[in-house]
Amino acid sequence: MNNQLTDSGRLRHFLTIEGLKQPLLTEIMDRAEQFSSISHQQVKKVPLLRGKTIVNLFFENSTRTRTTFELAAKRLSADVITLNISTSATSKGESLLDTLHNLEAMHSDMFIVRHSESGAAEFIAQHVAPHISVINAGDGCHAHPTQAMLDMFTIRRHKQHFPDLCIAIVGDILHSRVARSQIQALATLGVGEIRVIAPKTLLPADPRTLGVHVFHDMDEGLQDVDVVITLRLQNERMQGALLPSAREYFHNYGLTQEKLNLAKPDAIVMHPGPINRGVEIASNVADGPQSVILEQVTHGIAVRMAVMSMAMGAQAEQQESPA
Amino acid sequence: MTIALNSTDIQVLINKMADEIRDSLSDCKPLLIGIHSGGVWVAKQLAEVLGTDFFDGPIGTLNIAYYRDDFTRIGMHPQVTPSDLPFSVDDRDLLLVDDVLYSGRTTRAALNEIFDYGRPASVSLAVLLERNGRELPIQPDFVGQRIDLPSNQQIKLTGPDILQFEVQTIGGVDE
Repeated sequence: MNNQLTDSGRLRHFLTIEGLKQPLLTEIMDRAEQFSSISHQQVKKVPLLRGKTIVNLFFENSTRTRTTFELAAKRLSADVITLNISTSATSKGESLLDTLHNLEAMHSDMFIVRHSESGAAEFIAQHVAPHISVINAGDGCHAHPTQAMLDMFTIRRHKQHFPDLCIAIVGDILHSRVARSQIQALATLGVGEIRVIAPKTLLPADPRTLGVHVFHDMDEGLQDVDVVITLRLQNERMQGALLPSAREYFHNYGLTQEKLNLAKPDAIVMHPGPINRGVEIASNVADGPQSVILEQVTHGIAVRMAVMSMAMGAQAEQQESPA
Repeated sequence: MTIALNSTDIQVLINKMADEIRDSLSDCKPLLIGIHSGGVWVAKQLAEVLGTDFFDGPIGTLNIAYYRDDFTRIGMHPQVTPSDLPFSVDDRDLLLVDDVLYSGRTTRAALNEIFDYGRPASVSLAVLLERNGRELPIQPDFVGQRIDLPSNQQIKLTGPDILQFEVQTIGGVDE
């Protein structure tokens, strides 16, 4: 039983893509499509979550994710506060739960959680009051489901039919919660071929268990792909010397226009941000005509609106239905 | 079944409404907005009868799902077609069209949504069917037909090609 779902199969928490079925992922994208039109209104908000209190609990730094979650909540007319909580005081379990219970006492309805520990969002979801929804905004190296869904949404906007696609993810797969969630989402949506391109040191011990084709050579891996997803080199998560230097990394795995030309002519280039120009991607590619990196940011708002409203809707349904 | 309205009857009602709309709004080149989904069907038929020049621009469609007042009670609507107002409503005269006016809550939601797009000069309301049971102070300007139904009966327009009304009796459940 998936603890993210209500008894009737609605999304109550959004912690990971793992275990979710294709219709639910499609519903998230369809709803995001509907919410996109709100940005054309003079008043860019709908009163759907009026009176709801949403708490952004950020135990780890973030700009894009935090801002787009805040904007998404505001466009749904919810009240939103953001707490940046330092993780330095690590009597983890207890202090975390104390924080939670305090926020519960303030009658919060939803927690958006980012944490450097894998499993933090799930831990919180297990311990919150039943009327509270928890959305994972990135936990350690584990999952970043809303990022994966905004990436799927962006791909669908450009490419429509998932089974026909060949998609390559390039870079630091080992430390990337984004890659993990992306691979799960792409597989669930039935993408024809998923490739990962990375040096051995930046891949999990047995990458084939991810259900992907592994390439160590970028020229081979990029042949005829429809979508290239570049990942940030995660310096803050690297323990030990996994790479010689950023310059050498760029030489082997940086996406240049020349390498991109090996992909299909209409291939799109994605990156979850923040980008390290000249490390994993060349500046002219990041700013080039095939790049949809800023679109991803825009789509992040609609996708997060979709997930938040679905979770609050499921809570409403659950409270109405007789126990 | 207290009322039988087939497509021929409905065409008569639409023609009658179109005459009234022509009499009152012909000077102001109004914009036409239908409420999804029945209201859009009625709006299309009105536009057909009144001719392409009567209204300014294409038909706007409103989906008021995100403006409903029952989200905290019933949650999300299963499927929502996005609203599409392909014009600026600022300082314009609008004709808002729905199939049935009942509690008035849908019209309330539609007005709220319209005002999130801008500030119209005026909004008139046209409904194919006005029934008893209003819960808000909302009245139509143009009405195809008025009917009284017991509160356990619901009337719904089916379409879009052939417009017909269907009456359903709900077993002991209040609207």
